[in-house]
Amino acid sequence: MSDARVTGMAEITNPTGLHARPAVKLTKLAKAFGARIELAFAVEGPWIDAKSVVKVMALKAPRGAVLHFTAEGGDAAAAIAALLDLVRRDFDEAPHEPVALPEQGHAG
Amino acid sequence: MPADTWHSGRAAAPGLAAGPLFEMPEASAGRRMQGSAEQESEALRAALGRAIDDITILQQATSTDAAEILEFQVAMLSDDALAEPAMEQIAHGMAAEAAWREAMDAQIAGYASSSDEYFRARAGDLADMRDRVLDHLLGTADVVPPPGAIVLATDLAPSRFLAWDWSAGGGVALKGGSPTSHVAMLARARRVPMVVGLTLPARLPEKAGAATVLLDGAQGRVNLAPEAAEIAEFERRRAGELAAAAHWESFLHRPASTGSGERVLTQVNVADPAELDHLDPGICDGIGLVRTEFLFHDRAGLPDEDSQFAVYRRILDWAAGRPVTIRTLDAGGDKPIRGLTGESESNPFLGVRGIRLSLARTEVFRIQLRALARAAALGPLKVMLPMVTIPEEVSDTALLLRDEIAALGKAGIDCREPDLGIMVEVPAAALAVERFPAAFFSIGSNDLTQYVTAAARDITAVAALNDSANPAVLELIERVARFGRHTGREVSLCGDAGGDPAMIPLLLERGVRNLSMAPAMLARAKAVIAGWSGPLPS
Repeated sequence: MSDARVTGMAEITNPTGLHARPAVKLTKLAKAFGARIELAFAVEGPWIDAKSVVKVMALKAPRGAVLHFTAEGGDAAAAIAALLDLVRRDFDEAPHEPVALPEQGHAG
Repeated sequence: MPADTWHSGRAAAPGLAAGPLFEMPEASAGRRMQGSAEQESEALRAALGRAIDDITILQQATSTDAAEILEFQVAMLSDDALAEPAMEQIAHGMAAEAAWREAMDAQIAGYASSSDEYFRARAGDLADMRDRVLDHLLGTADVVPPPGAIVLATDLAPSRFLAWDWSAGGGVALKGGSPTSHVAMLARARRVPMVVGLTLPARLPEKAGAATVLLDGAQGRVNLAPEAAEIAEFERRRAGELAAAAHWESFLHRPASTGSGERVLTQVNVADPAELDHLDPGICDGIGLVRTEFLFHDRAGLPDEDSQFAVYRRILDWAAGRPVTIRTLDAGGDKPIRGLTGESESNPFLGVRGIRLSLARTEVFRIQLRALARAAALGPLKVMLPMVTIPEEVSDTALLLRDEIAALGKAGIDCREPDLGIMVEVPAAALAVERFPAAFFSIGSNDLTQYVTAAARDITAVAALNDSANPAVLELIERVARFGRHTGREVSLCGDAGGDPAMIPLLLERGVRNLSMAPAMLARAKAVIAGWSGPLPS
């Protein structure tokens, strides 16, 4: 039961791929689950630890790459659902983020 | 006659600085005794922990975008996988600092060779992390120069530069480094004078350190053992420059207008989006020129649509609603690009450059047009063509652009047809400006001057002839400005003349009311504009 294995996949549609900020978000989310979670570009692997930002960054996954996830453990199903959702939401990187203007220096 | 005690390097950030010399202890020269494998791995773990603490503190004091990069650094340093290869080497008997450096250098090389701009840029972050941990390992982390000091080092990590307080003045003299490095860019943005690539004698004069040393950022030199009279003269110059700079600075955050109250648009020129990182968009009315040649350099192949789009988007984000004018690739002749430009030409300035090259290589041009049309959906982006000579070059480009937009639309990809304008730099375009189906015009005064005077500015013997104030050049500028006024089409000027305090009054006199220049020129240019009064020509 606790060894339930769940898999899923999603294409990266975020224009800048799985770069620094999304990689931090993805690993943070993965770490919120007890399950062992791995990720790869293809089912054949190589599989890497989805909780390691060093390894996730090292994938240098561009837009268009398909991410395969696999999770094992009690909350594996919830973990996969949450991770796939994050990828599909483009890691919540708004398509056109306004840049916050610093308030100082606008005198006059 | 005292010996010349000035030492030369390259100018990296202008300004004069005088203060005590502070020599940075070199992390690489730091010495520590190697202990057992257990002690070494413990030392590395402790250094990692302290580096994380540093960054967390720094994070609380920085703006949003910088804080996000710091958060990434914390996440990386907290991940055991980062130090894993180093720990393995330590177990095999390597010293902690050597193992860490080797492991990080391998990672950095991996990022530096990436074909994706975003990943490539992370190499700098990893180098920063490497140095910070090394500093803790070697005990050089707590080194803080006294306020107002001239810091002498081989190189300087950007995070370190940012961590120090520069409000009391001071400057940076680097034996290594480059004027295009990130830290040099920061120094210019924060107005800290900096010299790089400095050649120094093996032994510094004994006087240096205790007494005052002088640094001239604009001329790229330092004086480590100045005479009292030299110091006094330097201080006089410095006081004069500071007073002038403070006066100019008071104009920077205000929109520019002439002494008679007429508004003049001032925009910035950008050669690399990294220049924007620490620049406040509030100081300008937009970006008048984005050069896109940087996209095509230092990479294995030509940039693909998505990586171009990502860069254009980043620039639009920065501009936060202000107009952004992006120039299509201006390569060819003297600016060769591997895999794109052809055989060397006998006279590159009269050869296949700019739009001529793009229209000869439409398979490459179409990719840039697609990326631009996609980015145009996100904000006020305009597209500008370089080296236009005949109207057909504009209409041919418009056809290609519409073609790509139709294809994007069919594929369900968001896009918008941007305004298409031209650079006016070929005399044929300036003289017959009314023939061109362009939405806007931007006068490229550098090339226009060289084509009108038939003199190149990098040929010393004729450089004096290459003068933008030549009445013939000014007459063409006036003609284009008048045409714009009469037809309601925007005319700007984006050559060096636009930021040149001596040229600005001449340009205003001729009716130019939109100037684009290097960001560092803005404050003084606005002051010059405010000091000029005159009517708008009819």
